[in-house]
Amino acid sequence: MQGNKIIGEAAIRAGCRFYAGYPITPQNELPEYMAENLRKVEGGVFIQSESEIAAIHMVIGASAGGARSLTSSSSPGISLKQEGISSLAACELPAVIVNMMRGGPGLGNISPSQGDYFQATKGGGHGDYRMVVLGPASLQEIADLTMDAFDIADEYRIPVMILADGMLGQMMEPVVFKKPKPRNYPESLVMKGAGGGKSKIIRGLILDPLDLEEHIWKLQRKYRMITEREARSELYQTDDAELVIVAYGTASRIAKGAIKRLRKQGLRVGLFRPITLWPFPSQQLRDLAKKVGNFMVFEMSAGQMLEDVLLALQGKARVGFHGRPGGVVPTPIELANVILRKYNGKEGLIDTEL
Amino acid sequence: MKKVFGRPKSMKSNPFHYCAGCGHSIAHRLIAEVIDELGIRDRTIGVPPAGCAVLAYNYFDVDMIEAQHGRGPATATGLKRVLPDRIVFSYQGDGDLAAIGTAESFHAANRGENITVIFINNAVYGMTGGQMAPTSILGQKTTTSPVGRNNILDGYPIKISEIFAILPGTTYIERCTVTSPASIVKTKKAIRKAFQYQIDGQGFSLVEILSPCPTNWKMSPPEACRWIEQTMSKEFPLGAIKDLPAEEMKKQQKGK
Ligand SMILES: Cc1ncc(C[n+]2csc(CCOP(=O)(O)OP(=O)(O)O)c2C)c(N)n1
Ligand code: SF4
Repeated sequence: MQGNKIIGEAAIRAGCRFYAGYPITPQNELPEYMAENLRKVEGGVFIQSESEIAAIHMVIGASAGGARSLTSSSSPGISLKQEGISSLAACELPAVIVNMMRGGPGLGNISPSQGDYFQATKGGGHGDYRMVVLGPASLQEIADLTMDAFDIADEYRIPVMILADGMLGQMMEPVVFKKPKPRNYPESLVMKGAGGGKSKIIRGLILDPLDLEEHIWKLQRKYRMITEREARSELYQTDDAELVIVAYGTASRIAKGAIKRLRKQGLRVGLFRPITLWPFPSQQLRDLAKKVGNFMVFEMSAGQMLEDVLLALQGKARVGFHGRPGGVVPTPIELANVILRKYNGKEGLIDTEL
Repeated sequence: MKKVFGRPKSMKSNPFHYCAGCGHSIAHRLIAEVIDELGIRDRTIGVPPAGCAVLAYNYFDVDMIEAQHGRGPATATGLKRVLPDRIVFSYQGDGDLAAIGTAESFHAANRGENITVIFINNAVYGMTGGQMAPTSILGQKTTTSPVGRNNILDGYPIKISEIFAILPGTTYIERCTVTSPASIVKTKKAIRKAFQYQIDGQGFSLVEILSPCPTNWKMSPPEACRWIEQTMSKEFPLGAIKDLPAEEMKKQQKGK
């Protein structure tokens, strides 16, 4: 199955009953899949919205009404959704948002890129908020993380983004869908009319600064809990590594290819792959830095996750960087050559200048 | 003694924050009365706007979900689609509906979403201090049209109700005002009809209310009412603009 369609299928299996979105390459197969299949499911609603802004606000309504809700887009469309993502965070409403990144800024191009990392993980919308960001690297992981995304969104009442790119969205791989967990979502949280009782308000407008401050500290406590419980990463060939590449998503697949080549030449190179981009698996990276002194961040961007790596390592290891922005997808051979150049063996493995 | 007047059940006892003579308070009360009379309080969900009515959820005693400026009809769409047996209304100002949220409103109307929109047209951005609205009439002085709205520089006042009336998804559209007891009674009837059409599953209904904003028009409340009657309603004529009987609507829906 194709990446974009896998998300649709996994979402439906996970109980997603609402999708709204506006076409943009390279994610169109997902809304197309939902138009075809979500409407066949009882209670399933598909809407092709008039814009990304409308789509995310429809998701807000549907989520408030208790439906597991999904929207998807690609970079310029995600910029438009930021207003609604900020609202979801403010109102503590669950939703899943897919970003199949393409080259930016502006209209950029439609090639796979990782240029939206800052926007996704630092909160591209306004205000003091966070959202969970998952960075799958394979289609099997796309299937699994899509289901997890809905569970995480419900559990913490938070928007969750699946951050992938056109490469993962477009390619095909066989996948096995895992059994979804039964949904655990209290009826009391659903906005459905007062029903004889007290009326309910869902809002993010809190005019008194002290009250808003309290609300934001409450959100921060939730974010801290998520950081402690949900941070995920993968280690690959790091046991004896002298140099560890840090890469996520499509870039991590390229890195694995490069590492396999270099290992054949006897170089001790490994990979640290963040799976949650927010919360960034800082502690796991720091633990690795107790054994390894040299890291090289590789991204299909001009260097964004790099800042999280530097923050996590706090100067306790040497960090280099290689990036290809603009939708350029380097080959494993290219990356292996870059690593070889940096792997000089004498004064440490990495040049510290970025 | 027989009680002939009291607070509607669908209205909380919080005092309104609106200025004296503002149309929002009257419109709120009429909506609440209609919700009571139709007996739908328990299944009604309201979507307030950004604008002077942003705190509407402090007044209506029904479930309310906030929307960003202009996005009410999109939020209402999501809600109504997953809860089709609930009664969903959005409440919007002219800046909200006719400027930043035109797309969301227009397309919700054109999709024929089975929701009701209460559209408060006070020809000005009230909350942000009296700037020009898309509905400000030619020659009207506002803080951003200080010498009066000029069609060459500022474009023309936009007639939302007439525009929406040509969309096949809309079923009932009426323009009213709240400047006199008689006009208030008419407006209540229109609101009731709009909600009834939604209850009957007829599609998108909208009631436009020409509403005084004495504060930003820099008029006394009676002057503001006179201005609506003598000037504003010339630009925005009162009355039903579209009223599609159920039979007509059903015929149209056959294609669906
Ligand atoms: C995205 C965004 N832009 C601007 C604003 C500021 N804003 C709040 S209310 C408003 C105008 C409201 O005017 P209208 O809809 O006519 O309602 P009124 O206050 O007159 O009742 C504006 C511009 C906002 N809240 N959000
Ligand atoms: S500013 Fe105008 S619209 Fe706002 S409350 Fe006052 S009178 Fe009403």
